[in-house]
Amino acid sequence: MTDKGIMKPLPGTTRGVMSAIKIEGLHKYFGEREILKGINFQVSEGETLVVLGGSGCGKSTLLRSMIGLLTPEKGSIHILGQNMATATEDQRNDIRKKFGMLFQGAALFNSLTVGENVALPIKEHTRLHPDIIRIIVKVKLELVGLTGFESLRPYEISGGMRKRVALARAIALDPKIVFYDEPGAGLDPITANVIDRLIIDLSKKLKMTSVVVTHEMKSAFRIADRMIILHQGEIVACGTPQEIQNSEHPYVKRFINGEEGPVALETKDSYLKGILEEDDR
Amino acid sequence: MVHLSSFLGAIGKQTHEFFAQIARLSELIRSFLYWGFLAPIEGKKSLRRELFAKQLVFIGNESLFIVCLVSASVGAVLALQAAYQLRQFGALLYTGSLVSVSMTRELGPVITAIVIAGRVGASITAELGTMKVQEEIDALITMGIPAAPFLVVPRIFGLVVMLPCLTILSYAVGMIGGYLVGVVGLHINSDLYLHGNFSALVPKDMWTGLAKSFVFSLIIGVIACYEGLSVKGGADGVGRATTQSVVLSIISIIVADGIFTAIFYYVFP
Repeated sequence: MTDKGIMKPLPGTTRGVMSAIKIEGLHKYFGEREILKGINFQVSEGETLVVLGGSGCGKSTLLRSMIGLLTPEKGSIHILGQNMATATEDQRNDIRKKFGMLFQGAALFNSLTVGENVALPIKEHTRLHPDIIRIIVKVKLELVGLTGFESLRPYEISGGMRKRVALARAIALDPKIVFYDEPGAGLDPITANVIDRLIIDLSKKLKMTSVVVTHEMKSAFRIADRMIILHQGEIVACGTPQEIQNSEHPYVKRFINGEEGPVALETKDSYLKGILEEDDR
Repeated sequence: MVHLSSFLGAIGKQTHEFFAQIARLSELIRSFLYWGFLAPIEGKKSLRRELFAKQLVFIGNESLFIVCLVSASVGAVLALQAAYQLRQFGALLYTGSLVSVSMTRELGPVITAIVIAGRVGASITAELGTMKVQEEIDALITMGIPAAPFLVVPRIFGLVVMLPCLTILSYAVGMIGGYLVGVVGLHINSDLYLHGNFSALVPKDMWTGLAKSFVFSLIIGVIACYEGLSVKGGADGVGRATTQSVVLSIISIIVADGIFTAIFYYVFP
């Protein structure tokens, strides 16, 4: 168990395993508010890392920085060896082709059918024949347990199914890394469990590196090979689920047990200023 | 003192917001120009044909009825109002001329643009705004697909192609509306009405109207996309942006129409 985000190799993996993601000295500000305060960690190839933290701890900012939707003020984000933080927009698009992303609300295009949604990244980034694309779409949908749904629209299927379609779209180009933003959010416990199982299965079957951002403890402990816990923009704990469970860190203990803590005082002005400056970016 | 400082603070905030909006608008126009014209030369995949075709159908085909209805009504009303005045001078025969020149130079382009700003501009803003709120645009970017060629270029190109086409249709339907009122309602001889209608028209009337509709299409497209992509918050943000888009488009169309009419009058008499 390490504190302050110091990297520890995954138990059971060989030392010297290549890092799929390496984040060093990451700082992100919204106005004068420092959201991320020097984040350091790395994720080995094939590993499933869960980023845990309460609301407003900076985990969404960290995720959005990793996928290149936000640019950090300081630090580096190496995704498969390329630095997302300093990349140009064209370079970012090249990096983005190597990973998939599952958004909290699935973010499927309602104007396209389920099949067209999954086919979109393939059509955009390859020159494959439409028949081959159709076969790939079928296979990807089968991987997430949906067969024969190609012609339906996203609004015609349930929330859990939409998440699975979004997962099929995220893995459409056989990415090496998949990011998940609150995969179980808004789903009943059984469906959330199904999504967790899919994440575990796909990571193993496709040998993918996974980064899951969540605040749901059960889900986190189910899927994580390793976890980091963020609090007020800093990593306060990092380790295997077992190590996190046994942590003596007061915030980690409170977070795991869902105990009440002191309410952080924040002024409206400083909070709004941060939000407004975030919108300007 | 406190009031003064909060007053100055408010002015500063407004100014900052104004320049931030100008910067975002410039970035949108730059992206559109790059992905619309430069990227294809550089060999990048730009205009998605099926998306463009979809927009052509939505903007053109699906607006036919409303454009025809409004243009026919305007043509008919114009004929009646013209007749009301011209009758006093015994110049009822000039009704056709007045309708045709007004429809081509002024009313056809402006009315069509306003109808399209209300129907298509609002729809573009609402669609893009909803996509933004539901993280669909983030999803697109995360897939390595730039938003401009996928969302902005097909919509603006669709407007640039279809608005002039609809304007030509509006010319014709407006004149038919005027003709029906003139011949059936005002009992003007059909041949004389048609002669007056077409003899007053010169090619300049047509191309100035089409030039205006080209500019209006860019105005509607840029404002609708900008407002849609600038949505903040949830459903209320989408509603606000949609209203803002329509209002801003209509005002801009009327102001641009005034400027272009003056240019055509003084510079190209």
